[in-house]
Amino acid sequence: MVMRILVRADTYYDSVILMRISNAIADLDGILQAAVVMATATNKVLLENLDLLIEEAEAASPNDLVIALDAKDDASIDAALLEVDRLLTARDERAEGEVFPKTLNSAIRAMPDANLVMISVPGHFAAREAKKALKRGLNVFMFSSNVSIEDEVELKQLALEKGLLMMGPDCGTAIINNIILGFGNAVNPGTIGIVAAAGTGLQQVSTIIHSEGHGVSQAIGIGGNDLSKEVGGIMMLEGLRRLEQDDSTKGIVLVSKPPNQVVSDKVLAAASQSSKPIVVNFLGGNLDEIKSKGCVGAATLEDTAKAICAIMKNKEPLPIIFDADHGDVVSLAKKEYSNFSNEQQYVRGLYTGGTLYYEAMLLLTPLLSDLYSNAPLTSKQKLEDANVSVGNTCVDLGSEELTMGRPHPMIDYRLRSQRIVQEGVISETAVILLDVVLGLGSHDDPASELIPAITEAKNEAKKNGRYLSVIASIVGTSLDHQDLQKQRDALEDAGVIVMPSNAQAVRLAALIATKGSAQDMLFEEGL
Amino acid sequence: MTDNQNIFEKELKVINIGIDTFTTDLKTQEVEVIHVDWHPPAGGDLDMLKLLEKLQGD
Repeated sequence: MVMRILVRADTYYDSVILMRISNAIADLDGILQAAVVMATATNKVLLENLDLLIEEAEAASPNDLVIALDAKDDASIDAALLEVDRLLTARDERAEGEVFPKTLNSAIRAMPDANLVMISVPGHFAAREAKKALKRGLNVFMFSSNVSIEDEVELKQLALEKGLLMMGPDCGTAIINNIILGFGNAVNPGTIGIVAAAGTGLQQVSTIIHSEGHGVSQAIGIGGNDLSKEVGGIMMLEGLRRLEQDDSTKGIVLVSKPPNQVVSDKVLAAASQSSKPIVVNFLGGNLDEIKSKGCVGAATLEDTAKAICAIMKNKEPLPIIFDADHGDVVSLAKKEYSNFSNEQQYVRGLYTGGTLYYEAMLLLTPLLSDLYSNAPLTSKQKLEDANVSVGNTCVDLGSEELTMGRPHPMIDYRLRSQRIVQEGVISETAVILLDVVLGLGSHDDPASELIPAITEAKNEAKKNGRYLSVIASIVGTSLDHQDLQKQRDALEDAGVIVMPSNAQAVRLAALIATKGSAQDMLFEEGL
Repeated sequence: MTDNQNIFEKELKVINIGIDTFTTDLKTQEVEVIHVDWHPPAGGDLDMLKLLEKLQGD
């Protein structure tokens, strides 16, 4: 085994490019481990975990590039270094001929009529750039996370003073004037406005609105912390105010994980003054409280989208358990679990979308005992090791402990594919539950990544006299570049049951894993 | 009052600082976008940066 670590001073590349290069290098013959990273504090920890941190790299600055390789021989390292240079040069050449300003100020000089800045640089720098942008009168979409709550409050207050939108920090998606910012799905333009503090929540709601034949006027992402006590819902209230004033918007949807109570009261009080119908989903929130403020509460993302669509058609919004006839769903579940061995009893939910994961946990908690997770709703549900499932397990693969040094699992499917195979080997696994998120920013062909892993897991189960059930839902539309129909067909051909929404996929998974015993709770109590 | 307060009524014109695929995604949607070739200021030294910010009155 040979290790070689190079530091190139003052050579900056963004993390997405470097992750792509690291992955390409790690896949080369003879390479055991590879990290091509900027020497930030986080990346130094990553290098240390890989046993690739030497003094020279430790002393390097965040502006220095570190190429760290562990290989079986020198020849493999030489070949890998050539490939690193080829990939970095390819990136530089792509840029040739275009003008790339070095700072926000020079970019504004080059585009004086710019009206929005997208920011995805590391935390502290992100806050600094956002402040400059707001002071220059520009709206901000901030993808960056790790921005302090104090900075977030300051930025959002500044935005408010200036009459601008501050979407984020930690804002994954928005649709402004039919343009997708960050991760998002192509949906029809329409009359429904959304304000969401939940990225894949916004994606699920907007895609269902689209598939119901409606469309989105504006979808304002505000970042997951907006409804915290400290931030006080500044941007949700501002987003609501703007949608209220927007003539194209006829109905409004608000989506967030459970807000702070004081903030919830404030948002609902503002919503109760609206002249437009409003559907609220505070995931797991109190529906009666929402109703008492004159809004419609929805328990799932699917119900949220369908409720606002029903209201737009002057129809009564009704919660949905399954689209299909309940008898047919029970028969389908029975067909699946009748092939199980006695040991098979657990759901293993492997999620890439944070809000979809959260919704799954909310729905599964009353249906399944022994539910564990790496990002639990209660401390009792905490998994000791995020990489090892216990009982019924639902994993948020996008959590920081699992993504460190890797692209997000909506882009890079390797972590989940490995986990699918891993779960398939375990004799107690009954159902693997998956979300598949399409749209801009996500993987170009998720089915092509998932199918080999699903096939391997199913074959492994079969070899051992078991049957592995795989349930998925796809967040996407016919307009997304991944081709929704093609993705669905490919997954179904591989033996996956594809449900119309995350909520329905979760319920079916519970019905199958409990061998039908969740039926009463599902159909009678309407969970 | 700045013009950009009514962003819903305007054609988006974007400056992207950071991940360059966002620039590509916006171009795919035929949005006018300018990509900033960003580097950490002050060589990425946060303490130095805070001092510089103080000096600049930020």
